[in-house]
Amino acid sequence: MRKIAIYGKGGIGKSTTTQNTVAGLAEMGKNVMVVGCDPKADSTRLLLHGLAQKTVLDTLRDEGEDVELDDVMKKGFKNTSCVESGGPEPGVGCAGRGIITSINLLEQLGAYDDDKQLDYVFYDVLGDVVCGGFAMPIRDGKAQEVYIVCSGEMMAMYAANNICKSISKFGKVGAVRLGGLICNSRKVDNEANMIAEFAKRLGTQMIHFVPRDNMVQHAEINRKTVIDHAPEHIQADEYRQLAKKIDQNSMHVIPTPLTMQELEDLLVGFGILN
Amino acid sequence: MIDTIDKTKANDALIADLKDFREEVVRKYPSKVGKKRAKSIIVNNPEEPPVIQANVRTIPGIITQRGCTYAGCKGVVLGPTRDIVNITHGPIGCGFYSWLTRRNQTKPVDDNDSNFITYCFSTDIQDANIVFGGEEKLKQAIREAYELFHPKAIAIFSTCPVGLIGDDVHRVARQMMEEIGNGINIFGFSCEGYRGVSQSAGHHIANNGLFKHLIGRDDEKRGSMKYRLNLLGEYNIGGDAFELERIFEKCGIHLVSTFSGNSTIQKFENAHTADLNMVMCHRSINYVAEMMETAFGIPWIKVQPIGARSTAKMLRKIAQYFDDKELTDKIEEVIAEEMLVAEVARERARKTTCGKLAMLFVGGSRAHHYQDLFEELGMTTIAAGYEFGHRDDYEGRRVIPTIQIDADSRNIEEITVTKDEKRYNPRKTEAELKALDEAGMDFNDYEGLMKQMERGTLVIDDLSHHEMEQLIERYHPDVFCAGIKEKYCVQKMGIPLKQLHNYDSGGPYAGFRGAMNFYRDIEMIVGCSIWKELKAPWESEDYIEAHYAY
Repeated sequence: MRKIAIYGKGGIGKSTTTQNTVAGLAEMGKNVMVVGCDPKADSTRLLLHGLAQKTVLDTLRDEGEDVELDDVMKKGFKNTSCVESGGPEPGVGCAGRGIITSINLLEQLGAYDDDKQLDYVFYDVLGDVVCGGFAMPIRDGKAQEVYIVCSGEMMAMYAANNICKSISKFGKVGAVRLGGLICNSRKVDNEANMIAEFAKRLGTQMIHFVPRDNMVQHAEINRKTVIDHAPEHIQADEYRQLAKKIDQNSMHVIPTPLTMQELEDLLVGFGILN
Repeated sequence: MIDTIDKTKANDALIADLKDFREEVVRKYPSKVGKKRAKSIIVNNPEEPPVIQANVRTIPGIITQRGCTYAGCKGVVLGPTRDIVNITHGPIGCGFYSWLTRRNQTKPVDDNDSNFITYCFSTDIQDANIVFGGEEKLKQAIREAYELFHPKAIAIFSTCPVGLIGDDVHRVARQMMEEIGNGINIFGFSCEGYRGVSQSAGHHIANNGLFKHLIGRDDEKRGSMKYRLNLLGEYNIGGDAFELERIFEKCGIHLVSTFSGNSTIQKFENAHTADLNMVMCHRSINYVAEMMETAFGIPWIKVQPIGARSTAKMLRKIAQYFDDKELTDKIEEVIAEEMLVAEVARERARKTTCGKLAMLFVGGSRAHHYQDLFEELGMTTIAAGYEFGHRDDYEGRRVIPTIQIDADSRNIEEITVTKDEKRYNPRKTEAELKALDEAGMDFNDYEGLMKQMERGTLVIDDLSHHEMEQLIERYHPDVFCAGIKEKYCVQKMGIPLKQLHNYDSGGPYAGFRGAMNFYRDIEMIVGCSIWKELKAPWESEDYIEAHYAY
């Protein structure tokens, strides 16, 4: 079983990319579980065709200790297992602690046990690694593999670089490694080249360049992944390719984060087309 | 009646030896740590108190005596008031370990008088409350507390996790005050344990809360006695406040309020009707004294009624302040009567105690106050220091303008107090105050611990465990005064330890009768030969010593 965490700047398309990739893996016949680690609990919406299940933390709060795995896990597209960690409403409590509690509970409930015969677990994590709780999926032998979704926009790259800092910190004392950058295109100048170079400097790879296509939006409105909604569309193939590349990926590194100056130089060198 | 006694001098050889203590003790530390600690280990000069580093962060890894901000706010200042339901908002440990551990006592006047001190109220927050926020559980706790006890006031104390998750205890307090109505007073304290470098931050936070939410709300003058006082910074450990109350009553003085030993909400609300504030523990309550002076025009003096002579000195200052023959005569009569008995007890104890050595490492005022008692017993305090004192507690208030306000101090709310137009009433004219001040009243002043200690003795702030062991090994004091955390370590080294946080199971030690209790207890402690028999097995057996050879 491979445990994969997806990080990236807020709004970059982590949940969309994750679910579409998972759909691709599921299509290949892989047994996949998705754990949404966002208090909004919308990381499995496309696989489940809507916000269907109760979150782990809500269940824990309502049922006390008496929680079964079936209470929190629902089957989605092509038999994928979907779990939402959930969390407090904005501005209240501690979402970071929520993720810690939730992941611990899933472990105790045996969500990852051998009898589940999982090939993949995906953690879809909210935004940046802002505190200890958001680093939970990459700590203590949970996710061993991280993919960062980014684009050629400065802030997205800045966030990616920050996430690399935390992977490099935890990587030195644990098993977590960076698998690559997924470029979710925002159609900025020279984007693919710049992210490929950025990845190289981080010591990793741009595993795939996902072009921008309005079909993603169409599928989302229909509460589906592109593979589910329009399996023949070229964008569906992009996600199939990404799924395949992740499945075959053997490049797992401890990244070497850039300094702020290096990052800015990179943007100046690549980002502005002459 | 003699007012002062000749101090018993420590012998010159010992004083000479103390000089090298700092150098040798800091040598064991890593150089950076040693450099920092050296600034807190000072050889005293009472004429010109040297600068001591105090109220700074404890170095991680050092075993400190200090407590946390929550302990200072909930445990020390607000804890002793009997009719406030004090709710600890946090996991259960903070509430449990601050439950009656200070031995502060209280005496309800009758069966209708509330006393919640024996209860421990906590929201007992759990993982789910951390994740989803604890405000709802806090509201529920307040509702339950109200339904069960119908208190006049409920206070909420924030613990560390509450601050981390951002529960707004102040808003909850306002909401619940509205919901419950009935004139209940509900207020919160942002006294998370990590807010300051020690419990001292909690005292400041508590002082601000007392002033904002309680003091000055009840203008009715109660009692028939015309001399009206407040006693600030007396927490009734082991019944100290009871003894002081007895003395004041005997003198015909009305104690409007005590902050906060044996206190009630009404006494706090009424405190501004007193005519003089007496500050006992300067560190924990000077803020309230200052604020009451600004807002209501009540002057304050520092007192230390620990020791029979010191108690007499305090009473004479009160007589001087009111300048009334009737009161002065009464006070002299009381002093004469009480001292007669106290002197007999003192003379008896002195036969054993005279010439013995003491060390005092406790609190933010006790390390100073108890030196009066040891002086009365003919004992010398050769090393002393506070856990959470500031520079002014050591060097005197004159250094306050030179104290650097660091980031940790800025983390504590400063409230701006202005003259209360309706209630401000200067108790004396400027000229009267000046004349009294010149005659030795020393208004709004505290000279600090260093002035009292002999030249060449050691003053150490935030004593570490290593330094404590070194002090004991090198100088073998006859009694070491500190708290429960130090007690058994020190006693295992064959030196008796007297707890001066909670007095072990003894006390009271304040006032005349308190002094007599202390004379007797210290006589027993320093006269006891059992400590010399205390040998660890390895001290009388042969053993092989080895060193690592790299």
